[in-house]
Amino acid sequence: MSNEPTSADLTVHDGEHALPERFEDPGLGPHVARVGDTDPAAAKRSERQVVAMFGLSVLGTVGFLVAYFVVPADGTVEGVRLSNLLLGLGLFLAMFSIGIAAVHWAKTLMSDHERVEARHPQRSDAATREAAVAVLQEGAKDSGIGRRGVLKGAVVSAVALAPLSIAVPLIGEVGGDWNVSKFRHTVWTKGRKLARDPNGTPIKASEVTVGSVFHVIPEGLEEEEHWIEEKAKAVVLMVRLDPAVLKEAPERKDWSYEGIVAYSKICTHVGCPVALYEQQTHHLLCPCHQSTFDMADGAKVVFGPANRALPQLPITVDDEGYLVAQSDFHEPIGPSYWERLK
Amino acid sequence: MSPRATTGARAAGGTADYLDQRTGIGLAVKSFARKIFPDHWSFLLGEIALYSFVVLLITGVFLTLFFVPSMGVVTYDGPLATMRGQEMSEAFASTLHLSFEVTGGLLMRQIHHWAALLFMASIITHMMRVFFTGAFRTPREVNWLVGFVLMILGLAAGFTGYSLPDDVLSGNGLRITDGVVKSIPIIGSYLSYFIFGGEFPGEHIIPRLFTVHILLVPALILALVGLHLFFVVLHKHTQYPGPGRTDRNVVGYPLFPVYVAKAGGFFFVVFGVLALMGATMTINPVWNYGPYDPSPVSAGAQPDWYMLFLEGALRLMPGQGTEWVIGGFTLSLNVLVPAVVVPGLLFTALALYPFIEAFATGDKREHHVLDRPRNAPVRTASGVAILTAFFVLILAGSNDLLATHFDLAINDITNVFRALLFVAPVVAFWATKRIALGLQRKDRELVLHGHETGRIVRFAHGEYVEVHKPLDDYERWLRVQHEPRRPIEILPAEDERGVRRKGYRRDLLRQRVSRFFYEDRVEPVTPRELAAAHSHGAHDSLPTEGSAPAQIGSDGAHRGPDDEPETTDSTRIDVVHG
Ligand code: HEM
Ligand code: FES
Repeated sequence: MSNEPTSADLTVHDGEHALPERFEDPGLGPHVARVGDTDPAAAKRSERQVVAMFGLSVLGTVGFLVAYFVVPADGTVEGVRLSNLLLGLGLFLAMFSIGIAAVHWAKTLMSDHERVEARHPQRSDAATREAAVAVLQEGAKDSGIGRRGVLKGAVVSAVALAPLSIAVPLIGEVGGDWNVSKFRHTVWTKGRKLARDPNGTPIKASEVTVGSVFHVIPEGLEEEEHWIEEKAKAVVLMVRLDPAVLKEAPERKDWSYEGIVAYSKICTHVGCPVALYEQQTHHLLCPCHQSTFDMADGAKVVFGPANRALPQLPITVDDEGYLVAQSDFHEPIGPSYWERLK
Repeated sequence: MSPRATTGARAAGGTADYLDQRTGIGLAVKSFARKIFPDHWSFLLGEIALYSFVVLLITGVFLTLFFVPSMGVVTYDGPLATMRGQEMSEAFASTLHLSFEVTGGLLMRQIHHWAALLFMASIITHMMRVFFTGAFRTPREVNWLVGFVLMILGLAAGFTGYSLPDDVLSGNGLRITDGVVKSIPIIGSYLSYFIFGGEFPGEHIIPRLFTVHILLVPALILALVGLHLFFVVLHKHTQYPGPGRTDRNVVGYPLFPVYVAKAGGFFFVVFGVLALMGATMTINPVWNYGPYDPSPVSAGAQPDWYMLFLEGALRLMPGQGTEWVIGGFTLSLNVLVPAVVVPGLLFTALALYPFIEAFATGDKREHHVLDRPRNAPVRTASGVAILTAFFVLILAGSNDLLATHFDLAINDITNVFRALLFVAPVVAFWATKRIALGLQRKDRELVLHGHETGRIVRFAHGEYVEVHKPLDDYERWLRVQHEPRRPIEILPAEDERGVRRKGYRRDLLRQRVSRFFYEDRVEPVTPRELAAAHSHGAHDSLPTEGSAPAQIGSDGAHRGPDDEPETTDSTRIDVVHG
């Protein structure tokens, strides 16, 4: 592409070369007087208004204090709402009135003549720069840092290494035991009963009717040492599907029990609990970013940002008819991480 | 003078003398008290950010006195009937206590949270003001970076605060964070342990967030706000263009008393408005959500608005086929791209923008007079494009609410947003650039033709013309004061002796960027053009030659001679055909 013509090239002109290239700044415009500048009565009025606004603020503070003593927080939602409203309105009046009083004062009564201040270039002048360089050079020469190479190395290494005494224990301790393989396992084991979340009562297969949904935790979860961490991994969603619609991979045929399937409730996207089940479509929706899993088809992803199916918990029943796990999940639950498959 | 006033004056004088003898403060007062600051409503945005931060400090200190940053489990036995007997962390229990048993506690919590939202909103709009007016140009690039870091720290402050009450929503937010962190290649799992002190959720995260929230981040913000304002004083505030405003002066009002009253007063206005919001608008009613439990979650849960863009990005990314396994290691692009790469790019572009533009212009001079956004069409359009992407992501972060509210299928909405994320910024760029160039052209029209008066005059030979009133010097100056910016020209690839010139490639890149910025442009009217417009002015002759470089560039329609003005000396007359 060729160079663009400049405006001077384009301007067809005849004999007005005396004109400047650019317009000239006309300078500050004339000052326009406010009413209060010329009319003392108007100024007096503004003053009274400002005084009234400050007065309003005092009323607000008084109102706040009255509300504080008369309507204290009483532990009920309604009582606290009222207390909150009255206190807040008092505080609003107290603060806002000071604000508008001051602004009104500045706008109507203080001088509104514009003033001009000169700017100076940000960079220091050449002499100052030279002097600064000279000072630094002199200091450096004085220290002899340039000549004493070993000394320079010693300073740098000492200063660079010293922070390790803070960093090493910090990094050593901050991650607990740093045992990241804990992600791989949950507390599900062979024979552990499936129990209702949150009350922990075990569930009989006969109680699970077609179409019903159970939020499940391992029985006895409360007794685990780190129950909240374990719960965060072990929660399961269980439904009974009509065997006619249930599609099962051959190797998982015996992971379900009479159409009852159990899947990890932790989304394989970034780990929200997947909790919204739609009966007709047997779709399970994650409320966080709407990944949708098909419970009738291996909990595969049908929409959304998740990439992997929810891990399945192999289940069966024990002698008394209670639903129990056959084992732990066969893969790590929840979001993906770098060494997940290692 | 009354005797009381004299005593007061004497006391003040004595104090001043005492202080000055020990600090030499007189010098600071002398040079500072009457410092001139220009006035404009858009300069209030940064002030709002500052004042909301002060409100955050005040209400935050109140909260720390009652909040217990502990994940120790307690059984609730407070007054709230719906919660009685439930197991919860001390953090959640203390938040309930703060809300229901400390009079004024709920007000402080609500003001604190509203102030956090206003803080972020004002930081972002302030940043937009600085961007669109070109206030980030030399010598203010460093202060732009300081402001940028302040914005990131604001996000960090908001995020860590939001997580403190340990309710279902905030706990779930942390869980999402954990999932995102784990997706980071190689170090993801370790980073998760680093943050949570072990497996999620552990018992360390609330105390850690607390320290970050009330000490680390506020201290950094405070220090950087100090640096930010120091720079403002050092550089002196920029000013909008206008008569008498130049790059070598600053026009406005003195700090004392005008700005002490206006800005000081404005602090109370902001505080008052936040108090009103805290009084009347419920925010984060954690007692409705309940304490954190890894199992339940409610639909329609939303993070605070400034986090929605991340949420939206996570929602839009298709999951199928975006998780790669390479040599046995898992690379979750479905999480990395939206949560790390996209925001990373968006933020890096924002942080580096001043340097990109400076590279394109090669301009090293100081700029203290702001640009009108129309006079920098490509910059304005780039800003609008980034904002558009940001808004699409925010909307996408609320796609479930949109779906239920407008009764649409969530999958359709998501697909539309996926397309919009790529299309909308491009359209916005194009449209904004056109509009900016159009406004500049209108400015030219106005300068050359004057105001329409609506007065129609009929000439003896039957022609109708409308009388135009020319602009006065002050009106005109606003529209012609800016320097025309043109693509830079570079030296040829080879020097006189045919040797390839060093640095040519860099120059070539610079030229490309510069063309992108300034190829299409409308230049301000020059005195010669105006004089020409006037001298054509015999109103009985139609103009024959085009004398205005209306628009230069590839994609603009060149104006024909028909548009050319004709003038008489004092009143310009335009021909109305028909
Ligand atoms: C720098 C800007 C700050 C932002 C953006 C911010 C934001 C937030 C947010 C969004 C919350 C959740 C509030 C709720 O709904 O309960 C919060 C809570 C809290 N903030 Fe801040 N904050 C900031 C500064 C501070 C400071 C300076 C302090 C104290 C010195 C503080 C102390 C607290 C405390 C104790 C809580 C927990 C209160 C509760 O859960 O009831 N914050 N913060
Ligand atoms: S966590 Fe389930 S879709 Fe993101």
